[in-house]
Amino acid sequence: MTSKCENSEARLRRPRPLEERVVSHVLGACAVLCVATTAGIIAVLLTQSVAFFKGVSLWQFLCDTQWTPLFTDKHFGIWALVCGTLLTSVIALAVAVPLGLLGAVYLSEYASQTVRHFLKPAVEVLAGIPTVIYGYFALTFITPILQKIVPGLAGFNALGSGVVMGIMILPIIASLSEDAIHAVPSSLREGAYALGGGKFAAIRRVVLPTSFSGIAAAVIIGMSRAVGETMIVAIAAGQQPRFTLDPRVPIETMTAYIVQVSMGDTPTGTLEYHTIFAVGMMLFIVTMTLNIASYYLRKRMTRGAAT
Amino acid sequence: MNALKVKKMPNLPDASRPVTRMIETRQPAQISKTPRMQVIDLHAWFGKTEVLKGISMSIASRGSTAIIGPSGCGKSTFIRCLNRMHEVVRGARADGKVLLDGLDVYSPGVNPVRLREMVGMVFQKPNPFPMMSIRQNVLAGLKLQRIKRSDEDELVERVLRQAALWDEVKDILSRGGTTLSGGQQQRLCIARALALEPEVLLMDEPCSALDPIATGRIEELILELKSAYTIVIVTHNMQQAARVGDRTAFFCLGQLIEYNDTATIFTKPLNRQTEDYVTGRFG
Ligand SMILES: Nc1ncnc2c1ncn2[C@@H]1O[C@H](COP(=O)(O)OP(=O)(O)O)[C@@H](O)[C@H]1O
Ligand SMILES: [Mg+2]
Repeated sequence: MTSKCENSEARLRRPRPLEERVVSHVLGACAVLCVATTAGIIAVLLTQSVAFFKGVSLWQFLCDTQWTPLFTDKHFGIWALVCGTLLTSVIALAVAVPLGLLGAVYLSEYASQTVRHFLKPAVEVLAGIPTVIYGYFALTFITPILQKIVPGLAGFNALGSGVVMGIMILPIIASLSEDAIHAVPSSLREGAYALGGGKFAAIRRVVLPTSFSGIAAAVIIGMSRAVGETMIVAIAAGQQPRFTLDPRVPIETMTAYIVQVSMGDTPTGTLEYHTIFAVGMMLFIVTMTLNIASYYLRKRMTRGAAT
Repeated sequence: MNALKVKKMPNLPDASRPVTRMIETRQPAQISKTPRMQVIDLHAWFGKTEVLKGISMSIASRGSTAIIGPSGCGKSTFIRCLNRMHEVVRGARADGKVLLDGLDVYSPGVNPVRLREMVGMVFQKPNPFPMMSIRQNVLAGLKLQRIKRSDEDELVERVLRQAALWDEVKDILSRGGTTLSGGQQQRLCIARALALEPEVLLMDEPCSALDPIATGRIEELILELKSAYTIVIVTHNMQQAARVGDRTAFFCLGQLIEYNDTATIFTKPLNRQTEDYVTGRFG
């Protein structure tokens, strides 16, 4: 008896193994690094944007309709770039949301176990294709096809890049929506069947409404990816900031503008140089808002599934 | 309705009782002359595992039939075969005949979706739809079947009254169905099933997730409903079977061991296994 007691006391007093302590410190350092990096980026964006707004008034930034900082007749109307971003993102969502949602419903509710097993990874492969390839795909394949259907479609345009961007974000939307639909407890499906609901009725009336916040989060994440997407629009959308919602003409997005300036020979410290930080700040605010919205929606989803 | 208490059972004979009483009655006597449902040689599988090994029994019109038996013996599977919910599970299969008013629900041409309108079901864990209000939950069956009714308000009130929930929820009908307590949620699920005016109501351990007070209310409700509906209730609680069941069926290892009036099952069961189970000597 006594030996047993001593034994358990020794066991209780044994120190935490070294590796446990080391691992926890290393992981802590990584977490700090992540937060510090983000903070650093925000700090740079802020200080450089402040430099920009010393030269250009906020009024000009928000109320002009032209964006021509690189020309002699300078205009700084951010909406010309925001329009480009909005246009391509909305086209991308128009492609990706219906397809992604149908795909997600098919995968989680109709596909057999085997089909699901092969199809889900296959869809996710789409997400691994470098976006530069998507860009040339838009320019040399999709746009020529669209030009046969859509009259007056320019060689560089928002439509072609938006459609390809939709293909790019399709896997994210399909995969995350599938997760959300899959998380709906089967007891709710059975409840719907037991009330004389057919399979589609159960999906429409019960499964989709229950997974709504998860699906909305998926759509927002897709949108935030579309807003931040750079390569496709830099290659295939043209580089002409334009205050328009016409998808047929060349436009420029916020991201494409940043690339254009970064790759050009704009000297650092000039007003032209500072524009990219102001645009970057704008971009950051938009994607940040979308990500926060998606975070709260997903939190609501997990709470909804728990009850 | 004088509820029978297990405690009041007369002393049961022990192992030394005569062998003649141990004769098994696999094929129960027809209890009612007008069976609502009749099950003939029902087998059910999950994949390759046979969990129901040839069940035959008839369920009388009106009144309640309790199904008892040790856990895993196939009680849930059995009642899920009655409204063809069993086949919803991947890899699950059933074979045999289940007659509802003489028509085999497994015969070709029977739409399981239509069948489930007529044979309603209440599950073990209350499952109101979380994105729907109390009122919408009650009307969910109609919405799922695209049935339009002009008297929705009266229907909601009538079935919520039947489910003994009206007084508690009449002022909060637009609140979410999942904001109610567990017992209220279960009564909401009963109301939801009643809204379709089913011929038969199947209940799979409807009280096992509830506290004793909520359980008492559901039992009272079953006692009221059984005069108008045909109820089949699975329960692992023998006192409950004794309180609410007119007839009781004892299942064990996928077989129907004994089926008789509840009083007979609990006081003088014909089968040794039944007796061991109802007296609590079962492992
Ligand atoms: N979804 C399932 N897949 C495979 N086997 C199952 C499934 N559900 C139940 N079973 C098995 O079928 C048998 C009967 O289960 P069930 O009808 O739920 O029993 P009870 O309701 O009497 O406790 C059990 O042995 C159980 O393990
Ligand atoms: Mg069960």
